[in-house]
Amino acid sequence: MAELAHLPVNPASSAPDALTVDGLTHRIGGRVVLEQVGLAVPAGRFVTLLGPNGAGKTTLLSLVTRLYNAQQGRITVFGHDVRKESSAALAMMGLVFQQRAIDPDLTARQNLSYHAALHGLPGKVARARIAAELERMNLSKDADRKIRTLSGGESRRIEIARALLHNPKLLLCDEATVGLDVRSRADIISDVRGLVRDRGTAVLWATHLIDEVEPEDFVIILHRGKVRRQGRAAEIAASLGADGLNEAFRRVTEAAA
Amino acid sequence: MSPAAMLRCFRGILWREILRFLQQYSRFIAALVRPLIWLFVFAAGFRSVLGVSIVPPYETYILYDEYVIPGLIAMILLFNGMQGSLSMVYDRELGSMRVLLTSPMPRWFLLLSKLLSGTLLSLAQVYVFLLIAFAYGIELPLAGYINVMPALLLSGMMLGGLGLLLSSMIKQLENFAGVMNFIIFPMFFTSSALYPLWKVEEASPLLRDICDLNPFTYAVELIRFALYGRFESFSALVVAGCMVAFVAGAIIAYDPSKGIINRVRAGAAA
Repeated sequence: MAELAHLPVNPASSAPDALTVDGLTHRIGGRVVLEQVGLAVPAGRFVTLLGPNGAGKTTLLSLVTRLYNAQQGRITVFGHDVRKESSAALAMMGLVFQQRAIDPDLTARQNLSYHAALHGLPGKVARARIAAELERMNLSKDADRKIRTLSGGESRRIEIARALLHNPKLLLCDEATVGLDVRSRADIISDVRGLVRDRGTAVLWATHLIDEVEPEDFVIILHRGKVRRQGRAAEIAASLGADGLNEAFRRVTEAAA
Repeated sequence: MSPAAMLRCFRGILWREILRFLQQYSRFIAALVRPLIWLFVFAAGFRSVLGVSIVPPYETYILYDEYVIPGLIAMILLFNGMQGSLSMVYDRELGSMRVLLTSPMPRWFLLLSKLLSGTLLSLAQVYVFLLIAFAYGIELPLAGYINVMPALLLSGMMLGGLGLLLSSMIKQLENFAGVMNFIIFPMFFTSSALYPLWKVEEASPLLRDICDLNPFTYAVELIRFALYGRFESFSALVVAGCMVAFVAGAIIAYDPSKGIINRVRAGAAA
């Protein structure tokens, strides 16, 4: 795992990382989509997976969530091998998919209840958590509205609330702000960063939008299926002699073109 | 996962299926109108044309309307099984499938829960159909209404299992028309649903052989015998065997390392 050397892992901590990906290679239809990808998300940290469209971000997250198996390499979630202990690994993950994955004909509460059932939560616990998450998201008044009547930002926040219902220790967000207006984007990012601060939830935030990255964020740049750079945003820029992450990102992606 | 958590998961899947079903009145009406048209129009017209001799499980001459009831029940189960397949493809396109498949419950359990939920909804439709048929004047043995339940469950699971397997092969909703043309209609017409097998054999021995190879025939016969309080063991064996094969095939197809997602996402890697 040589590539992990750049990562912000606390060497004094013996706790397993929230997510580790080691030597991950995957082909789809004969095309190499991910090649020897290695990365880690320490527990309780916010890590940005930055890459242009087609970089392999969604494929990587699909493999982490075991929608399909990796052909080569190993993925662990808090020490649980995703392939061998998928149930334990999935129970610790909350997921927000790039593509909207919420039933538009059910209400927000019904969608959340369905998710709670899929995680086997008892009714009483589920009801309490649904109420709490909706309250936290300031969406209690919309609980009994059908999803198709909500705005894009509201339904996205319902998806985030859903991903948190089972108290996951790792939240995976795949382009969670795509298609939203500036204000909704800001609200969602702020909310997710708040989870790291207040609950100690580890977050892997996959995006192609550089303006969602803050200078102190840990960033993994994925391009054409390979990890090109990883480290703090400011450090990546400095290491390339670039004036900010924007320029650094452009250089990295152009160099690999 | 504990059995209690799995039970809660199953209840959640069933509850969602019921909610979706209740919101789709047209689906419920269509599911009933189809067999009712066959009963009120087709069977009524053929009543005077087709005579049905005394063959088991019947102990006396019966009208064609009564003969065709098990076939129409199986038709409801068949269409619902295929509807389940359509719903899986729709869920996949909508993204809801990801929510289901990333549950920490075992994938085989999730698929079986989905299948059983769909089958229980089909059973409810079958009983509404039987009630309307009763009101129309088709009186079956009273005990038959209860006796037929296990046969309905087994047949419904088999046809739902086939739908589940097909859903793993259909890449887009647009391909579903092919299911209608190449699965539903051939299965229905090359069975004992509309005509007794001996009559089919009179018309064409080859067609009879095809009917014998069609698992739907055995579902129809299992239901027919059960309605009259009789257990048709060979049909039960064939239906159970096919159910196991279809469900196992679907579980393999939905396995992360083998089937569906790899193929479906083949052109959409990013």
